[in-house]
Amino acid sequence: MNILVCLKQTFDTEERIVVENGRVKEDGVKFIINPYDEYAVEEALRLKEEHGGEVTVVSVGPSRFEEAIRTALAMGADEAILADDPALFGDEYTVAKVLAAIIRQRPFDIILAGNQAVDDGSGQVAVRLAEELGIPHISTLTKLVVEGNQVTGYRDAEGDVEVVQATLPVLVTAQQGLNEPRYPSLIGIRKASKKPLTHVTAADLGLNPEEIRPRTKVVDTFLPKPKQAGKILQGDLQEQVRELVQSLRTVDKVIG
Amino acid sequence: MDFDWTLEQRMIRDTVREFAEAEILPHAAEWDRTSQFPKEVFDKMGRLGLLGLPIPERYGGAGADMVSYCLAVEEIGRACGGTGLSYEAHVSLACMPIYLYGTEAQKQQYLVPLASGKKLGSFALTEPQAGSDAGGTRTTARLEGDEWVIRGSKCFITNGGYAQTVVLTAVTDPERRGISAFIVPTDAPGFRVGKAYEKMGMRASNTVELILDDVRIPRDNLLGPLHAGFKQFLSTLDGGRVAIAALAVGIARSAFETALAYAKQRTQFGQTISKFQAIQHKLADMALHIDLARNAVMKAAWLHDQGRPFTLEASFAKLFASEMCTQICLQAIQILGGNGYLCDYPVERNLRDAKLIEIGEGTSEVQRLIIARHLGC
Repeated sequence: MNILVCLKQTFDTEERIVVENGRVKEDGVKFIINPYDEYAVEEALRLKEEHGGEVTVVSVGPSRFEEAIRTALAMGADEAILADDPALFGDEYTVAKVLAAIIRQRPFDIILAGNQAVDDGSGQVAVRLAEELGIPHISTLTKLVVEGNQVTGYRDAEGDVEVVQATLPVLVTAQQGLNEPRYPSLIGIRKASKKPLTHVTAADLGLNPEEIRPRTKVVDTFLPKPKQAGKILQGDLQEQVRELVQSLRTVDKVIG
Repeated sequence: MDFDWTLEQRMIRDTVREFAEAEILPHAAEWDRTSQFPKEVFDKMGRLGLLGLPIPERYGGAGADMVSYCLAVEEIGRACGGTGLSYEAHVSLACMPIYLYGTEAQKQQYLVPLASGKKLGSFALTEPQAGSDAGGTRTTARLEGDEWVIRGSKCFITNGGYAQTVVLTAVTDPERRGISAFIVPTDAPGFRVGKAYEKMGMRASNTVELILDDVRIPRDNLLGPLHAGFKQFLSTLDGGRVAIAALAVGIARSAFETALAYAKQRTQFGQTISKFQAIQHKLADMALHIDLARNAVMKAAWLHDQGRPFTLEASFAKLFASEMCTQICLQAIQILGGNGYLCDYPVERNLRDAKLIEIGEGTSEVQRLIIARHLGC
């Protein structure tokens, strides 16, 4: 089974975000595998353990992504492809085009990705990729079963479970709860440095940077307003409700 | 000159940190309170490849360097001093001598299970009459047919109650005070474990007395040359000193990080105490000393990895890091004030754990002696 995993390196969710000159400062920040992509890596490794085959990690981003990719290789992925040519960077539209170009060059049965990245949080890249490749996708899975050609995905639906079936080849995205990602073993870390990591450029992929240029533009980046101190309502229940409604109407203006 | 860790070293550090924060840190206070050796955590560490981190893969290890191993010890020690001590004793004092001096057959039989985490190891040198003065060793080993018969006792033995394999020293040539080292399976006839000691700190680490009542082991279990065990374990202790210095850095970091976070949120006189110069100077000194101690550890570990002599630097690192650690823990308690004196925060435990490192694996006094000898005194 040829298993592909799309992976992005993101800020550690524990990091404090500092905006400087309209950009998020990256100096001295710890980067991690996007947690949703980590579920995808773990699920890919479990599929490999169950069905055999190879796990290949594909990624679009700067060379610092290598650390996240090596971690996935240390967890047990077999090889990786990193598009770290700046001509290939852009928005979700661009990234989906680049991933599709990489993936078209190789055989695959299933593609796994995170449901979204914890930095931009758009949740678009994976489903756009499925569209680019003309294959079905099942998103936000909390359980995945592959039997022969048959893929069954389970996902939360407002407290119920929705069961979606598809046939290979398919793209699925991982939601929290899909699995508990393993720690890379220390022997795995040592082996990871010897596993193949291929760097690809726009030329390698036959992509014209002009055709894949971003369709969106970031016009401003700012932090949310600091949270104000909360207010505890006093008095009997009726008074409290009256004050709450009034406050929602006049102070926070969330109801008309 | 290159002060950067390699990607591999950073990945090992980050993985061990993540593991230690999830699997060790939340339980450290409880293990300390109940003097509980975290057996199941060692099983998990074994599966991760930690228990043979600096041992080559062909002997069941992960084949990492001393720098990576020291980073791992620091991270485990930051989460729990006692767990760090037991880890360090297993790797530096039990695995390393077998790796360095064992025959191929001994490595296959004894090192592979230790390094792959299937068994726990221990090193038994100290005796009631012998500590810094290894010449005072009273335990004897005599050859009887094809077996060594070992008689005596060992004290303060880390991991002794849980180990399946103990590397120990015994007098083999009473005339010339010749000492040899042996690999002893703990299920050998005559091997007994005494009661675990009630300790000030490092309480998650198991420390016991071993009673060797005519323990019989195969003749082939002599480790290294006959009568020359003395020199051999001195070099074992060199490697251990670098690692235990890393443990001191880890414990100091726990105390410092707690104190820093506390100082930034504790308010007095209308501002956080981190705004007061008296506290700032303490925190600045703490950060400085931890960084310098880690540099000393890293230099000694790097020399080891380059295959160069590192005895002097190992003593520098051990002496500086251990004494620095005790001082940092004291300062951390001072910053936390009354809260620092309570068991609700880790700093009082950090102090109790720290003190051991000024004593174990060569006291501060012995370290100064080693350094002075290198100066030609």
